Amino acid sequence: MMLAEPGVLALVGSFAAAAVRISSPLLIAAIGETVVERSGVINLGLEGAMLAGALAAAIGGSIEGPWFGLVLAAGAGLALMALFAGVTIWLGADQIIAGTAVTLAAIGLTGGLYRLIYGAGGVGLSLPTFSAVSVPVLSRVPVLGPILQQPVPVYLGFLSVPLVWLFLFRSRFGLALRAAGEAPDAARTAGVPVRWYRTAAILFGGAMGGLAGATLVLAQVGTFAERMTAGRGFVAIAIVVLGRWHPFGALAAALLFGLLTALQFLFQASGIAIPYQWFLMLPYALTLLALALVRRRVAAPAALAKG
Amino acid sequence: MTMLSVTRRGLGDWVASLAAVLAGLAILALGLSVAGYDAAGALAALWHGAFGSWYAFTSATLVRAIPLITIGLGIALAFRAGALNIGAEGQFYAGAILATWTGLHLQGWPRFPAVVMVLLAGVVGGGLWSLVPAWLKRRYGVLEVISTLMLNFVAEALTSLMVQGPLQEARGVYPQSDSIVAAARLPLIPGTRLHWGFALSLFLAALLWFLFRRTLWGFQLRATGTNPRAARVSGRINVGAVAAAALIGSGMLAGLAGSMEVSGVSYALFQSLSPGYGFTAIAVALLARLDPRVIVLTGVLFAALETGAAGMQRDAGVPAVVVYVVEAVIILVVLVADAGARRRAAPVPEGAAA
Repeated sequence: MMLAEPGVLALVGSFAAAAVRISSPLLIAAIGETVVERSGVINLGLEGAMLAGALAAAIGGSIEGPWFGLVLAAGAGLALMALFAGVTIWLGADQIIAGTAVTLAAIGLTGGLYRLIYGAGGVGLSLPTFSAVSVPVLSRVPVLGPILQQPVPVYLGFLSVPLVWLFLFRSRFGLALRAAGEAPDAARTAGVPVRWYRTAAILFGGAMGGLAGATLVLAQVGTFAERMTAGRGFVAIAIVVLGRWHPFGALAAALLFGLLTALQFLFQASGIAIPYQWFLMLPYALTLLALALVRRRVAAPAALAKG
Repeated sequence: MTMLSVTRRGLGDWVASLAAVLAGLAILALGLSVAGYDAAGALAALWHGAFGSWYAFTSATLVRAIPLITIGLGIALAFRAGALNIGAEGQFYAGAILATWTGLHLQGWPRFPAVVMVLLAGVVGGGLWSLVPAWLKRRYGVLEVISTLMLNFVAEALTSLMVQGPLQEARGVYPQSDSIVAAARLPLIPGTRLHWGFALSLFLAALLWFLFRRTLWGFQLRATGTNPRAARVSGRINVGAVAAAALIGSGMLAGLAGSMEVSGVSYALFQSLSPGYGFTAIAVALLARLDPRVIVLTGVLFAALETGAAGMQRDAGVPAVVVYVVEAVIILVVLVADAGARRRAAPVPEGAAA
């Protein structure tokens, strides 16, 4: 459709659209994780929340359509992260290991449930998905046009960026939450219920993780497969660090990751024969490089992962 | 990091570990009943798959325990120094790639040196792969949790590249390498499929136990992991260097596990050589409270769980993947029990642990 009109502009446009599509689930998960890490918690269970959200979206979507799938996905991510919050914030378990364990649990649960519900044969599940909504007028502009024809969850994801920024940096609650992440003892002395703030942040991060998984299923792939998130939750955590724990930073980092990943489509279109695996590696390798360059200037929340 | 207790093992730890395993199995049984499976039958199939016969025990369970023990020892080494290595999976593949490449090029070598070369190649591969996060941490302060995780994906893509590119089998049909030369294969224990890597993993467990308990280096490691600030202030311990060395050593062990898998089990490089050993090994090391001697036991236990799960899928129709839930429950129960023990040992002001 987009490639029908020949020329460089069309190619760049479809490339940009692919970049936005790839980055949107990462962005949604990273925005949630930004809030979590600002409260002083690192959540490696995010990958699990995305996976749980993806399966819940598939189940909900096949029962009542994509909107119900979206709601169920947020609920699944939230429920899984309630477990994480319980063992880390309230029972004192190490965050990094507990997060890894929660992701492991999600792999087992989603794999088992998927086979229980849809059978072991792995028959391709076909789900109703969100259709693309064009932004009036602007979607007819070259290059910009293909970007502005996205399913609703993608727009919601981008909308969450300024909203979370407003919350974190322009609200009383956001200030208290950041205090919980920077100086929990001082915050506690000042009357901030640190544990409750962190719990709320983790639950929000879980819901966003679930929505991110749902975006993958209901706005892009249209089916569920075991382990389909393929590490995107971990990538989202790297994006938070790369984005310097700031919503707009996460936006920039997610788009950068999307652009790097989408490079492979550009190269495929250009006919240059480079093994596709190099493009699989590129985003991770460059993320590491970017982390090395960024980290020297901005520090993480002081109490991050300190228990 | 002061989160992981590496204290002397008491009776309470054994009780907590046993409770963790039982809780994991109980939750599995409960979940299976709710899902409409025959839970008792499934658990029986699990047991049978792991311990049902001498052949199953030696040729499935113990073979699978080798990488879990070896990687688990590496995880213990890193975690003791406070270096959270979540990238053993990638280090395993890096070791397997270099070992396969070496094993394909040793025509005419006698057996013993060939095997040694292949295993050393694995150690070098895993070491190089963990050198990157160690350097990024030291030079740029990049969290090793993030960098080791990222490198898992790079290593998986690299493995895929290798089995479809430079290391692909001669006919170029399947995404796998040719078999390594016969001399480079670890000998099997007669009557079983158990290779001599098992003995090597036991030896390494003894060696690490000695290092941890009896050497100055082991003391520095413990000091770095349990109280980095005090270790730094003491002026006698280069905390960053100790943690970096532990991370690299951890990668070397994971790489060795990768080369043993190639040299003793698969004889070739495959894209799915590891069914997640690098992550299961975290549970192995944690359940053992990072004690090398106990890692031998927990390694066999988790190997039994996973081979048993395959039996469960075959005989009772329960998806093997649910065994990850059991592993997760075990990890979480151990973490919570440890945190509780720490709170009782050193009472902190209300909320300070939040």
